[in-house]
Amino acid sequence: MKKILLATAALSLMAGAVLAQDKTKACFVYVGPIGDGGWTYQHHQGLMAVEAEFGDKVETAYQENVPEGADAERVLTQMALSGCDIIFTTSFGYMDATNAVAAKFPDVKFEHATGFKRDTPNVSTYNARFYEGRAVMGTIAGRMTKSNKIGYIGSFPIPEVIQGINASFIHAKKVNSDVTISVVWAYTWFDPAKEADAAKALIEQGVDVILAHTDSTAPLAEAAKTPGVIGFGQASDMEAYKPSPRVSSIIDNWAPYYIERVGAVIDGTWAQKDTWAGISGGEVLIGEITEAVPAEVKAEAEALAASIADGSYHPFTGPLNKQDGTPWLAEGVVANDGELAGLNFYVEGITGDIPK
Amino acid sequence: MVTLEKRPSPSRFWSAATPVVAVALTMLAGGVMFALLGKNPAEAIRTIFWDPLFGEFAWYLRGQLLVKAGPLILIAIGLSLGFRAGIWNIGAEGQYIMGAIFGASVGLAVFPTDNRLIFPAMIIAGAFGGWLWGMIPAILKTRFNTNEILVSLMLVYVAEKILSKAALGFLRNPEGAGFPGSRNFNSYPAAANPELIAGTGMHWGVVMAFIAVIFAYILLQRHILGFQIKLAGQAPRAARFHGVNPQRMVVLCLGISGACAGLAGVFEVTGPAGQISIDFNVGYGFTAIIVAFLGRLNPVGILLAGLLMALTYIGGEMASTNLGLPAAAIQAFQGMLLFFLLAVDVMTNYRIRLFTKGAA
Repeated sequence: MKKILLATAALSLMAGAVLAQDKTKACFVYVGPIGDGGWTYQHHQGLMAVEAEFGDKVETAYQENVPEGADAERVLTQMALSGCDIIFTTSFGYMDATNAVAAKFPDVKFEHATGFKRDTPNVSTYNARFYEGRAVMGTIAGRMTKSNKIGYIGSFPIPEVIQGINASFIHAKKVNSDVTISVVWAYTWFDPAKEADAAKALIEQGVDVILAHTDSTAPLAEAAKTPGVIGFGQASDMEAYKPSPRVSSIIDNWAPYYIERVGAVIDGTWAQKDTWAGISGGEVLIGEITEAVPAEVKAEAEALAASIADGSYHPFTGPLNKQDGTPWLAEGVVANDGELAGLNFYVEGITGDIPK
Repeated sequence: MVTLEKRPSPSRFWSAATPVVAVALTMLAGGVMFALLGKNPAEAIRTIFWDPLFGEFAWYLRGQLLVKAGPLILIAIGLSLGFRAGIWNIGAEGQYIMGAIFGASVGLAVFPTDNRLIFPAMIIAGAFGGWLWGMIPAILKTRFNTNEILVSLMLVYVAEKILSKAALGFLRNPEGAGFPGSRNFNSYPAAANPELIAGTGMHWGVVMAFIAVIFAYILLQRHILGFQIKLAGQAPRAARFHGVNPQRMVVLCLGISGACAGLAGVFEVTGPAGQISIDFNVGYGFTAIIVAFLGRLNPVGILLAGLLMALTYIGGEMASTNLGLPAAAIQAFQGMLLFFLLAVDVMTNYRIRLFTKGAA
C-alpha cells in the first residue's frame, strides 16, 4: 500500500511540476494516421487551428495509430508525464483508458471524443450530432438512387453509428418510399482494404448510393470505379472525389471546440462539461453539393439543413416505429438526447439485425 | 560476381551474431530514413533505444516494457517448440483470443464474487481455450493431413468473429448502456490481474512468461522430450527411427503453443486490456512469431527478443510523440529489423564467395 501511495505521489508531483511551465501543451491521440483523409485528418486540422490561434502560447504533440486498449493507457500516461496540460483522445474506444489515466493525473485535463464516462472532474466529453448531417445525406440518397438500394458501411454497432443509419434511412424513405438500406459492418474505424471490400460487396448487391461511417476515403475510391454509383465525404470533405462519386459531405469541424477548450486551459477557466453540438453550433458542416445532383434536390437538401440549423426541425421526430413495429415516437414527439445516446435499435423498414 | 555457397554445417558464429548485426544495421538504415525525414537521427535512435530504459520517465516505462514484452515472450516460447519440430502454428493470435474469451467467460459467469479462487479457475480456462483452438489444426493434420499453417491462420479469423460476438452479445456489460465490450476487470478485484507491485508493470502474465522461459530451457536442455523436438525438426527420418511418433509431436506442439497463447490472452484481458472488447487483441500472436525467430527459437534469446521488440514499440511511440515522426516511419523501422534479421540469417547457412569472371 505504501508503495502504491508513493507511486501515486510521484505521478502527481510530475503532473504538478508540469503546470509550472508557461507554454500550454495540447496533446492529441489519434486512432488512425493523420493522412486518412477523414476522421483523424479532421482532428489534426483542429490541432493546426489551435496552433494558428494561439501561436507561441501553445505547444502541441500528437500520436497516430494508437490501438484502443492497453496501448492507449500507456500513450496517455506518457503524454501526461511529458507535460501535456490538455489531452484530446479522439476515439470511442479510448474511454476506459482516458478515465483511468485521468484519475492518476488530476491536474491534466482530458477531453474524450464520443464517449459518455466522466469519472473524475478533469474529464470532459464532446461529440457532434453527425446524425443531422446524415439526415441531409439520406435525403440526397433517396432522391438520387435509381436501383432504390442504398448501402451503409458501419464501423461498430454503437449508438452513434446506429443513429446515423436510422437518420439516413428515415430521410431517404421520406422522399422515396421504395428505398431499402443494406448495412455492412466493417468492425474497424480505419482499414482501407476492409472498407473497400465492404463498398464492393454493397455495389455487387445493386446498391448505387453508399454512405460510410468509417474513416478513410476507400469507399469513395471504390465507388469511383463503377459509373452511376455515388457516395459522400465522411468526417472530412474528401473534395478529391468531386463532383462524383462524392456529391456532398458531412464535415466534422472540431477546430472551434479545440480552440475554445485549449483557450480555457490557458485562461484557467477550464471546467468539466459534456458537449454535443451539431449543424447549428457549426460543429457539423455540410460540404458543397455538386452539380451531379439536380438543382431541386440540392435545394431540398439545403432547406432541410437550414431547418435543422434554426431548430425548427429535429431528424428524429415522430411518428416513428421501432424495427419490430412497436411505436417509438408519437406524432410530433422529438427523441431526447439520453435516448439517442443509448440508441440500440433500428427504425421500422430497415431489414437485418444489429449484431449481438 | 558474388555467389552464395552452402556451408557444410550452419555457422555457430553467425547464428549468434545475426540478431546483433541485424539490430546494428537497422539502426544505421533507420537513421538514414530519419535523417531523410528531416529529424536528427542520433536523437531519434536515442529516443527509441535509450530513453525508455534510462531516460527521464524510465521509472514508468521500464514497467511498461514488461507489460508489452510479457505476452510476446509467453506466446513466442510456445511457438518456438513447434517451430523447432517443424510444426508451424501461425494462428497464435486466434488461440490468444480464445484463451481470453474462455477465461473471461468463467470470471463473468459468476460475477460478482469475492472468492479469490475464481482467478486461478479463469487462468485454467484460458489455457484450455487456447489449447482447444490449437487442437483443431492438430487433429485435422493428424487425421486428414491438412496443412497446419493454413488451418491455424484461418482459425484466427474465426476467433475474431467469435470475439466480436462476445463483445456485442454474450459477454457484453449489461450496465454498459448498449455499448459493446464486457465488464472491466479492473473493477472486479477477485478476477483481476493487477500489477503485483505498483509501477513495476509486473503482473501474473509477466511472471508466467518468465516461468515459461525457464521451463522451456530445461525442457530443451535436459528432457528427452526436448531432444525429440529438436530431432524431429533437424532430422525427421532419424527421429522416426528413434521412436518419435510424428503425430504425437504435432498434437503436443500445437497443444503447448495454443495453451501458452491462451494464457497470454487471459492475463492480458484481465490485466492491461481490462475487458473483452471487439479489438482488444493488437496482434501479439503475430508479433510473437517475429519474436520467436528474432530469439533464434532459443528460450533465453526469446526473452531478450521480446524485450527488444517491446522497446521498439515503446521507444517508437515516444519518438513519434516527442519528435513528430510519422507512425508509418516507426512501422518501417520495425519492418527493417525483421528484414535485416532474415537477410543476415542467410550467413548462417551460406557463405559469400567472390568470383572474378575468369575464375567462374
